Formats: sequence, structure tokens, C-alpha cells
Amino acid sequence: MRKFLDKLAPRFEKDGKLEKFYPLYEAMDTFLYTPGEVTTGPSHVRDSIDLKRMMSMVVVALIPCVFMAMYNTGLQANSALGDTAVEGWRGGILKLFGGVDRESFISNLVHGATYFLPVYIVCMTVGGIWEVIFAIVRKHEVNEGFLVTGLLFPLTLPPTIPLWQVAIGISFGVVIGKEVFGGTGRNFLNPALTARAFLYFAHPGQITGDNKIWNAAGSTDGVSGATILTDLASQPAESASEYLNAHLNVSDSFFGWTTGSMGETSTLACLIGAMILIMTRIGSPKIMVATLLGGLGASAILNGIGSDTNPMFAMTPIQHLVTGGFAFGLVFMATDPVSASMTSGGKWIYGILIGVVAILIRGVNPAYPEGIMLAILFGNVCKHFNDWICNMHPGKNVIYADVVFSYLL
Amino acid sequence: MEHYLNIFIKAVFIENLALSLFLGMCTFLAVSKDVKTALGLGVAVIVIQSITIPANNLIYTYLLKEGGLSWLGVSDSNLEFLGLISYIGVIAAMVQILEMTLDRFFPPLYNALGIFLPLITVNCAILGGSLLMVERNYDFAESVVFGVGSGFGWALAIAALAGIREKMKYSDVPHGLRGLGITFIVVGLMAMAFMSFAGIEL
Repeated sequence: MRKFLDKLAPRFEKDGKLEKFYPLYEAMDTFLYTPGEVTTGPSHVRDSIDLKRMMSMVVVALIPCVFMAMYNTGLQANSALGDTAVEGWRGGILKLFGGVDRESFISNLVHGATYFLPVYIVCMTVGGIWEVIFAIVRKHEVNEGFLVTGLLFPLTLPPTIPLWQVAIGISFGVVIGKEVFGGTGRNFLNPALTARAFLYFAHPGQITGDNKIWNAAGSTDGVSGATILTDLASQPAESASEYLNAHLNVSDSFFGWTTGSMGETSTLACLIGAMILIMTRIGSPKIMVATLLGGLGASAILNGIGSDTNPMFAMTPIQHLVTGGFAFGLVFMATDPVSASMTSGGKWIYGILIGVVAILIRGVNPAYPEGIMLAILFGNVCKHFNDWICNMHPGKNVIYADVVFSYLL
Repeated sequence: MEHYLNIFIKAVFIENLALSLFLGMCTFLAVSKDVKTALGLGVAVIVIQSITIPANNLIYTYLLKEGGLSWLGVSDSNLEFLGLISYIGVIAAMVQILEMTLDRFFPPLYNALGIFLPLITVNCAILGGSLLMVERNYDFAESVVFGVGSGFGWALAIAALAGIREKMKYSDVPHGLRGLGITFIVVGLMAMAFMSFAGIEL
């Protein structure tokens, strides 16, 4: 393999025939092997981890979520369908693996995969094309950061999303969210979230609102698969607690056996991902803890106040934590090393801000049932100013109250 | 009390002058290159807003409004057609005073703001604030809260933008987009993030 790559090298290097496509070759080469170049100046960090390995580790940390995405999407669809057969190409594939059967592990996994993989493939292809075009025209390297974006984005989408929307969304995310700023590491918003927010506002019908979208089977025969958050919002406030007790099973939500966007239902899978991220020191545990605290605090306050008119106030902090995309956003989106806060004090503010705003949007804003995505975007927007303030008070002895005070100024 | 808090939050987040209503864009884009100057301008806007909006409220209520002159014994007056010119007059006077104060006591900030300080006079965020106050029938206390809130929201937005733009020095933006072009994109993306508050009813 090494020899093969070395043999190819001259064609891509300067004055070679395929000089223009050097970024492609370089991406392949360094993805497989450690780059040969070393720093020439006096500053030199010896570490086997670089941006590529870092991003690859995030992909590894996402594997439990991907697995849950496929299995649970299939499980929900199979449960909803009962004995009805599936039509079209999905049915054909399913028949090979034993038809619709919610007891069968394989059937669930395959059924889910027929929804997840097309979305993923479209995402990688369209996003990848943009990435390569920019790399060639602007002569920078194709970066593994894209693998993460391309994997995070499908996980935040509902299974019934039309594929052309996936293509539009990822194009917006990669081009406007990242490449116009010069590529990975120079963007200020998380590209995957930018893509999702864009779709969210541009095509709300397919990504929120309508109850049918959350269950893969919904598109074919009108099975309702609303998420618990959408359902709850439409309940009368007086009976909200009873409704929650009857319909929201905390352990089910924790393991992920509910409807929702493909990758975000399972809090457990996110937890495993969080462990991997913390152990490899990619995700900041500070941000995770701060977001968690912010979310728990805000939901405890809302729950404590209670409300006669707003059903969302009836949710307890734990219920907030296991439902929707809170855990997924907290672990994978908020900690994105590029768009998260850099300074120590800034990380606390950034995390708490996200947690509080996410719960506030869920609870107080009737327009959106879920808030974590917009809350993180809001955090990303405020983070640079945050960091700027924290840099005015350098050192570890930053009194956080002082920072918060100057932030309000 | 809760009522005033609601007006404040609405003015800062839900109907942010810069990022939801897109008012005051010229200064917003031009003076956001570094955080210090942006904060200075932000404070200037807060001061101007919180003085001019209540002042204009008094002028509107006791002089211009239909029947506003009743305290003089004139019952059927309606001077609303003088609205724009009176508001802008008040704003211009306020800005002039602010400019002289800054020149005397904070010369570095005065120099940094440069032409954009007098330009606050014709900044649509300031006039927009007064017109919104009239449109929403705020009373005096409400217009004080609204003035402070809308100025604060604008200051917050420009500080956040300046923070991002300071870091963008390290970005590698395509040539055609450098400068204002990329700033427009940044502001658009920021507005998208601010959409998180759109729809909250207080």
C-alpha cells in the first residue's frame, strides 16, 4: 500500500500531470499513514495525535449512536407496521432478511439501515464534492473534519427526510458554514448544526411540526410517530403531568426506544460517546458538565415555578435530559473543538448558556418543540466575545462572578 | 414589574434591533472590527437610546399626539405630522452632547469611533427605536425600559459580531468575499442563531 502511494506521488506533486488533484491524493495518503513532514521551526510538539486522528476519534465515538440510529429507526418502523409488508425497494431488501418482524434483531437493523444509509450516502457524496472542489480551487487539504460533519448531520435528521433536502442542507452547511471561512478550524459555527438549522427554517414541514415524520413507517401509511416533546406541547396544561407519567418512560428514553431524529434518541449511546471523547481528551468535560448543570438548573426552576397554561413546565429535569436531542447536542455538538469556547472560564459560561437557553426554548418558546440545536448556535455566536472577556482576566484565578458581571456590562 | 421585565427581554432577544429587525446595519457592519471599539459604540447606543426614547415619548404624549395639547386647553390638536422631524431633532441634539462628552473625557474612544459617532444621528436603529415606541403605545416608564433594552440588545449583538470578526483575522476567506462580504454572511448566520428566540410570547 505504501509503495503504491509512493509510486503515485510524483504524478500529483508539483509539475506532475495531476497536480491539480493533489489535495485528493494527500487526503488519502495521510488518512492511511502518519504524514512524513515535521515542523521545521524551533516550536515542536511531539504527539501522535493531529487533527486527522482527532476527527477520526470523534467518528469512533459516534459509532454507538450510528448503531442505535439504524436499530431504533428499524424497530420503531417495524413496531408501527405490525405485519404489513413494506413496498418498494426497501421491502425487497427486507424480504431477504426475513421481512418485517420487530422481534428480529436483523430485521430491525436492516430496516433502519435502509433509511439511514441513503441519507448518509447523499450527505457524504454531496458534501464531499463541495469539499473537494474547494480544496482544489483554494489549494488547501481535504480534511477529516468533514467526516464528522457528514456523520453528525444525518444523525440529527428525521428518518423520513427527503434526500434532496439532505443534499441542500449539507451544501449550505459545508459551503456557507465552513468553506467560505477557509475550511476546518476557521469556521465559527458548527457546520452540521448550520446545515440542520438551515433545513429547519427552510423546510419546516419535513423536519418538525408534522407528526408523521418521526417514524420511518409514517410516510407510507400514515402511522403517527410524534415525539414526546411535540405531543406534550399540544396537551392541556392541567393534565400535562399525567400525560407525562403515562407516555414518557424514562428508561425507554434513556436507552433510546422512542421516536425522534435518527441518532439522538439514545442517551446511553451518547454517554458512551462522551466517555470516549473525554478519555481521548477531544471533547471538553468542562463544557459537558456546564451544559448539563445549566440544563438541569433551568429545568428545575421551570418545573419548580410550574404553570397553569404551559404544559412544558411539567417536565422534570431528568425527563428533560433523556428526551429529544439534549444529550446528543451536549456531547457531540457543544464540545466541537472548533466552535466551542477556548478559555477556561469561557467554557463554563458557554456551557451554562447553552443548557439554560436550550431548556428555555423548549419550555417558553411555543414555536419550537426542541431547543438544543439553536441554543448551541447561540452559544457559538456568543463564544468569541466570551473568550475575549475571559482573556482580560487571564490565569486560573478568574472569579467567575467577575466574568459574568463584565459580561453583562 | 414582570411586565417591564418582559418588555426588556423582548427588546434584547426576541426583537433584537440588529439581528431580528436588521436596523442600524451600517454602523453594525462598519465599527465591528475590534471588540473594544464595538463595546464603546454599544455603550454609546445604549446611552442615546435610553435618553432619546423616553424624551421622544414625552414629546409625543404631551405635544404631538392627537389631543396631546389638552393640558394647554387646546383639545382638538393633532401634530403627529411633525413626528419624524421632532424625533430626529432630539436625537441629533443628544448625539451632539454625547460627542462633546466623549471628546472631553474619553478621547481614545472618540477617535476610534470617528465619523460613526455623528452618524449615530442618522442611524436607523435609534430612530427606529423611537418610532417603535410610538407604534406600540408605550407609556413613559415602558419607554425607558424599552430604550435601555433595545440599546442593550444592539450592544450585545455588535459585541458578539466584533468577537467573531476579531477571530476571523485567522480565517482564510476567498478574495472576493473579504471584508464586508464575509461580514454579511456572518451576520446572516448570527441572525439564524438568534431565531432561537423568535416566537416566544411574553
